[in-house]
Amino acid sequence: MSAAAVHSLWTTAADPISKIETPKIEYGQLSPTLIVIGGALIGVLIEAFVPRKSRYYAQAFLSAVTLAAAFAAVVALAAGGYGTTKAHIAAMGAIAVDGPSLFLQGTILLAGLLGVFTFAERHLDPLAHGNRVDSFAAQAASVPGSDSEKAAVKAGFTTTEAFPLLLFAVSGMLVFPSANDLLTLFVALEVFSLPLYLLCALARRKRLMSQEAAVKYFLLGAFASAFTLFGIALLYGYAGSVSYATIAQVVDGTVTNVDPALAGTMGNDALLLIGAAMVVMGLLFKVGAVPFHMWTPDVYQGAPTPVTGFMAAATKVAAFGALLRLLYVVLPGMRWDWRPVMWAVAIVTMLGGAIVAITQTDIKRLLAYSSIAHAGFILAGVIATSRDGVSSVLFYLAAYSFVTIGAFAVVTLVRDAGGEATHLSKWAGLGRRSPLVAAVFAVFLLAFAGIPLTSGFAGKFAVFKAAAEGGAMPLVVIGVISSAIAAFFYIRVIVLMFFSEPHPEGPTVAVPSALTTTAIAVGVAVTLVLGVAPQYFLDLASQAGVFVR
Amino acid sequence: MNPVNYLYLAALLFTIGATGVLIRRNAIVVFMCVELMLNACNLAFVTFSRMHGNLDGQIIAFFTMVVAAAEVVVGLAIIVSLFRTRHSASVDDASLMKL
Repeated sequence: MSAAAVHSLWTTAADPISKIETPKIEYGQLSPTLIVIGGALIGVLIEAFVPRKSRYYAQAFLSAVTLAAAFAAVVALAAGGYGTTKAHIAAMGAIAVDGPSLFLQGTILLAGLLGVFTFAERHLDPLAHGNRVDSFAAQAASVPGSDSEKAAVKAGFTTTEAFPLLLFAVSGMLVFPSANDLLTLFVALEVFSLPLYLLCALARRKRLMSQEAAVKYFLLGAFASAFTLFGIALLYGYAGSVSYATIAQVVDGTVTNVDPALAGTMGNDALLLIGAAMVVMGLLFKVGAVPFHMWTPDVYQGAPTPVTGFMAAATKVAAFGALLRLLYVVLPGMRWDWRPVMWAVAIVTMLGGAIVAITQTDIKRLLAYSSIAHAGFILAGVIATSRDGVSSVLFYLAAYSFVTIGAFAVVTLVRDAGGEATHLSKWAGLGRRSPLVAAVFAVFLLAFAGIPLTSGFAGKFAVFKAAAEGGAMPLVVIGVISSAIAAFFYIRVIVLMFFSEPHPEGPTVAVPSALTTTAIAVGVAVTLVLGVAPQYFLDLASQAGVFVR
Repeated sequence: MNPVNYLYLAALLFTIGATGVLIRRNAIVVFMCVELMLNACNLAFVTFSRMHGNLDGQIIAFFTMVVAAAEVVVGLAIIVSLFRTRHSASVDDASLMKL
C-alpha cells in the first residue's frame, strides 16, 4: 500500500486551493505617485541618517527633484496618449489613468513644486543666533517660549520634516482624484490629510495660533472623514462592492448577476441616498463648501503661510477632482437627486463666502473666505454635468491654484517685528513703499476677482458658460452677483495699498531669495498667460475632460 | 440573528460618537468619539460583508483600523503639543481666532 493510500484512510482531500490571481500592477502608469512616495520615504531616511547641518539642503533638493521627476512622468504619460485614447483603469481597478486624473496630477505636482520653493525660503526672518531660519518651528515638540525651544533655536535646529510631510501629502493628493474605488478614495483622503494636520502646527511665529489651527483642522477633519467612511459603508451595503464601475451599474440598474442579497439591498434607496450624501459631504468639507466651511478661515489664518498657500491650492484641486469623479462616474444615474442639493450648496457657498469676506480684517482670513467663494464658482461648473463642465472645472482649478500660491507667497513678504503683518490696516500704503510687491499682489487680487486679461476671468467664463449650457442659468446669475460682491473687497485691498497714506511704523517688505521670487514669478506668469491666451490650455483641458469607467 | 440588527447597532454607535464630538469639550474625549464613529463604520462594513457574502467589507475593516491607528498617532501628537502649551485640552479655550 502506497503512502498516499494509507494517508487516505483517515483523511479526506480538502478542496484544491483555488488559484489566487497575481495582482497586475501597471507600475509605469502609476509612476507619478510611486516617484513621490519613493521621494518621501528617502526624505524620512535623510532625517534619520544625514547630519543636521546638511539636512535642509538635502531635503529641499530631494523634494524639488522628486516633484519635477513626477511631473515629467505625468507629461510622458499624457504624451503617450493615456489621457485620451489609452485611458484605462489600472492596478486591479483601484486607480483610473485618464485625462482628468493626469491633468489634475500635473496641476498638483506643479503646486507642490512651488510649495517646496516657499517652504524652503530662509531669507525672510532675521537671523536667529547667526542661523538662517524658515517659516517652521525650530523644534515642534518644544513648548513655545520655553528653555528647550530657546536651546533649539540657538543650536540652529529647523523642522526639515516639513519636506517629506509635503511629499506624503502630495502622494495622497495624486491618488485622490484618480481613485477608482471607495477604499482607495478613503485611504488617499487620510494619506493627504494627516501630513497637512501636522504641517499646520509647525509655525515658527505665532505657535499658539498654529497649534490651535492644527487641533481644529484635525478634529473637524477626522469628524468629516468618519462621515465619509460611514457613507462608504452604506454604499458598499447598497451595491455589494466598493468599485466605482459596479456601484454605477447598480445605481443605473444595469447590473447583470444579481444574487439574492444584492437584490435585497439594491432596492433600498435609503442606503444609496444617505451613503452618497455622506461621502459627498466629506468631499465638500475638503473643498470648503459652505455648510462645511467652518474650519477654513481658522486653519488658513493659523497655519504657517507657505503651508496655507500649498494647502489652499493643492487640496482644492485634489478634492474637486475626487468630487467630479464621484458625481460623474459613480452617481450620474441619480443626478436628478444630487443636482438640486448641489445647486443649494453652490448658491450658499458663493454668496456666503463673498459676503462674509467683506467684514474680514485679516488678509489670510480674507483669502480664506475668498477661497470659499471660489469653491462655489467651481461647484457651478460641477453642476453642469457635461463634458464642458469637466473641462471648465479642470481649467479653473489649474488657474486658481497658481494664483493662490502666488498670493500667499506675497503675504509672507510683508513683515513687522512680530513676523508676518497680516492685519489689513498694516497693508495701507504698501503700494507707495514697495510698488512692485503691491502691483504683483494687485494682479493676484484682480485674478481672484475675475477681471479680464487674468486667468480668473478665463476660468470663471468657462465655468459659467458650462453651467449656463447645462441649464443652470439662475446659478450663473447668482455667480455673477457674488463675483461683483467679491470684486468689492478685492478692489478695496488694492485701494488700501495704493491710495492711502503708509503708517510711519508700518511693516517692511522683506527681500526674498530666488525661491519665493520664482514661486511668485511663476504665479504671475501663469495668471497672465492663462488670461491673455487661454485657448491652448482650454483645449488641453477639453481634451482631458473625459472620465474612464 | 438577523444581521440587520448589527446595522442598527452600528448606526446607533455612530450617532453616539457624532453627538459626543458635538457636545464634549475635552479634545481627547472628542477624539475618542471620532474613534467610536470609525468603529461603528467597521461594524457596518463587516455586517454588510456578511450579508453580501463577499470579503470586501472585512478587508476594508482592516484598512480602517490601520487608518485609525495612524490618525491616533497624528492626533495625539497635536493634542499633546497643544496641552503642553496651554495646560488645557479644552476645545473651548482654544479660541484665539474668531470672526
